[in-house]
Amino acid sequence: MAEPDATEIEARVRAIAAELAPLEGPLLPILHAVQAACGHVPAAALPVIADVLNLSRAEVYGVMSFYHDFRAEPAGRKVLKICRAEACQAMGADAVAARALAALGVDWHGTTADGAVTLEPVYCLGLCACAPAAMIDGRVVGRVDDARLDALIDEVLA
Amino acid sequence: MTLRIYVPGDAAARALGADEVAQAVRAEAARRGVTVTLIRNGTRGMVWLEPLVEVETAAGRTAFGPVRAADVPALFDAGFGDHALALGPVEDIPFFARQTRLTFARCGLTDPLSLEDYRAHGGLDGLRAALPMAPGEIVQTVTESGLRGRGGAGFPTGLKWKTVSEAEGPRKYIICNADEGDSGTFADRMLMEGDPFALIEGMVIAGLAVGATRGYVYLRSEYPDAIRVMHAAVDIARRAGILGAHVLGTGPAFDMEIRVGAGAYVCGEETSLLNSLEGKRGVVRAKPPLPAHQGFLGRPTVVNNVISLASVPVILARGAQHYAGFGLGRSRGTIPVQIAGNVKHGGLFEAGFGMTLGALVDDIAGGTATGRPVKAVQVGGPLGAYFPREKFDTPFGYEEFDGAGGLIGHAGIVVFDDQADMLKQARFAMEFCAIESCGKCTPCRIGAVRGVETVDRIAAGDTAAIGLLTELCDTMRDGSLCALGGFTPYPVMSALTHFPEDFTAPRKEAAE
Ligand SMILES: Cc1cc2nc3c(=O)[nH]c(=O)nc-3n(C[C@H](O)[C@H](O)[C@H](O)COP(=O)(O)O)c2cc1C
Ligand code: SF4
Ligand code: FES
Repeated sequence: MAEPDATEIEARVRAIAAELAPLEGPLLPILHAVQAACGHVPAAALPVIADVLNLSRAEVYGVMSFYHDFRAEPAGRKVLKICRAEACQAMGADAVAARALAALGVDWHGTTADGAVTLEPVYCLGLCACAPAAMIDGRVVGRVDDARLDALIDEVLA
Repeated sequence: MTLRIYVPGDAAARALGADEVAQAVRAEAARRGVTVTLIRNGTRGMVWLEPLVEVETAAGRTAFGPVRAADVPALFDAGFGDHALALGPVEDIPFFARQTRLTFARCGLTDPLSLEDYRAHGGLDGLRAALPMAPGEIVQTVTESGLRGRGGAGFPTGLKWKTVSEAEGPRKYIICNADEGDSGTFADRMLMEGDPFALIEGMVIAGLAVGATRGYVYLRSEYPDAIRVMHAAVDIARRAGILGAHVLGTGPAFDMEIRVGAGAYVCGEETSLLNSLEGKRGVVRAKPPLPAHQGFLGRPTVVNNVISLASVPVILARGAQHYAGFGLGRSRGTIPVQIAGNVKHGGLFEAGFGMTLGALVDDIAGGTATGRPVKAVQVGGPLGAYFPREKFDTPFGYEEFDGAGGLIGHAGIVVFDDQADMLKQARFAMEFCAIESCGKCTPCRIGAVRGVETVDRIAAGDTAAIGLLTELCDTMRDGSLCALGGFTPYPVMSALTHFPEDFTAPRKEAAE
């Protein structure tokens, strides 16, 4: 997919922001919607959102950068999240994470060179009774052992 | 004859293959020309048996589990009778039979998005009871039930509602805290996915009680399934007139919206949540002012956890005394304990307060999944203490856990076997605090980073650093604005106090 140019981004973002602006506390819904539409929150979106909401660009940037979910750069074609929290640790999540990092050759938050997948840590998916847990583009996976992880890696690299 | 088959749509069941099982059931039924009504119910909470398939019989619902898609043809062959995976009547499974299901009475039983099912199983009874009552009477009922906040702090819900009901404001809000960030907890998720109308009903009742007309559910982004179900449930409730200009046709106005968080643990703290909902950075606010006086957009606001709110309908339906009849000391009613980590029988166990930690771990959970001895149990999420076996006689109760040097929090218990390294767990507690700190106070923001470094020094053999770690914990406890910085010392110090050998023994490898 070719990167849309700045005017196109501006038009899309302005439409999203204008639609959601009447909400009480519209900024997070707008950032979520922009990220859903563009895959990330492009720098060009910030002044547009600021303009629609009558905020400074710095304020919008400050909010966006506070939250782990919002990304300034596009992610890989798939996003693999691996839970690193305690209940998963108790079931071997550290080993699962190490295996994933090695297989993909990236660090946390990193994207493989071919742009196939971004690896993210997550702190609890609410799947703590079937740990270790992972999520691939919103699909949940429980009891991730070596075999399940390898299948997930094959899937994201396919 | 139509077969009624239940395959949970809950995220934990799906994570274990429930969608594939549901698909196999449809395919097999089609292949055999059997008519099947397939219902994607919530989970009963016996996660080690998921996907748990139920079939309606003359004698009630019988269960099979854990079912893989490949097992489905054989289940049809057996006529959903005698089969190696047969578990008998689902409600007779000991883990389930020993519970007192009040808040989770319908979860797993019904089709989560069927209002008809909801009504048929006691849904809306609480709201109908509340509608003719004066607001003060509703508050009084909740007060008398003894309900305390299930989000962690255990603050009396009735008292919070009273404060908001007496506060003046042009508009008041009911905000449901569905940020559920604690590791080892999933009760909120399970309820929202399995019985979403119960939460909606609880929020409407709260609105009637305090004079609020608008509600928000702040739901964490890590729960896509719960987000989808809650959105759908709110739409259905609005179309059915449970929400809108006149609640149930005759009441005052109340409407609500679902808002999605953005991956910040600290946004579970109520004032940080309010800032986030307003579209700001999720930085913690100093109190006072209390959210009850100046909350969302500066207006009087109730902030309650999912389970607190979802427990309200049954309290109104059956009376304060019924609810208060369960429990121990000042902890009244039931608590949905979430059993997680290295356990044989993981899942949700709702029971009156008073069960001991040991009974839950050894008896209900059946010990560890690995079959090795239990070393430690972390109770109450990442800010909760690690309990050694010597403290397993502690009964579930707010005061009782406090007295034992811990906290209940949102009632998650995470079990570790004897291979756990408690220094590593202490290091993680500091690391997590450093990652998630909102940055407002130095003891938390800087202290947690120093904490990781100090644990690494101990790991490298510098036992003198143990005293430093203790002092650092004191500073964090005394100098932090909220419980993220203030309670991180619980897991750290409990690990150090109860498992000192993990901090002094020579280590095989240096800490990563
Ligand atoms: C760091 C931190 C995280 C919290 N996370 C949650 C949470 O995810 N869900 C929740 O209900 N309460 C959470 N709380 C507690 C809330 O601040 C608040 O006490 C609660 O939402 C009030 O509702 P309740 O009285 O019904 O428990 C958290 C507190 C702190 C300090
Ligand atoms: S203790 Fe930490 S998270 Fe809490 S207000 Fe202070 S800096 Fe923020
Ligand atoms: S701790 Fe990993 S899913 Fe909860």
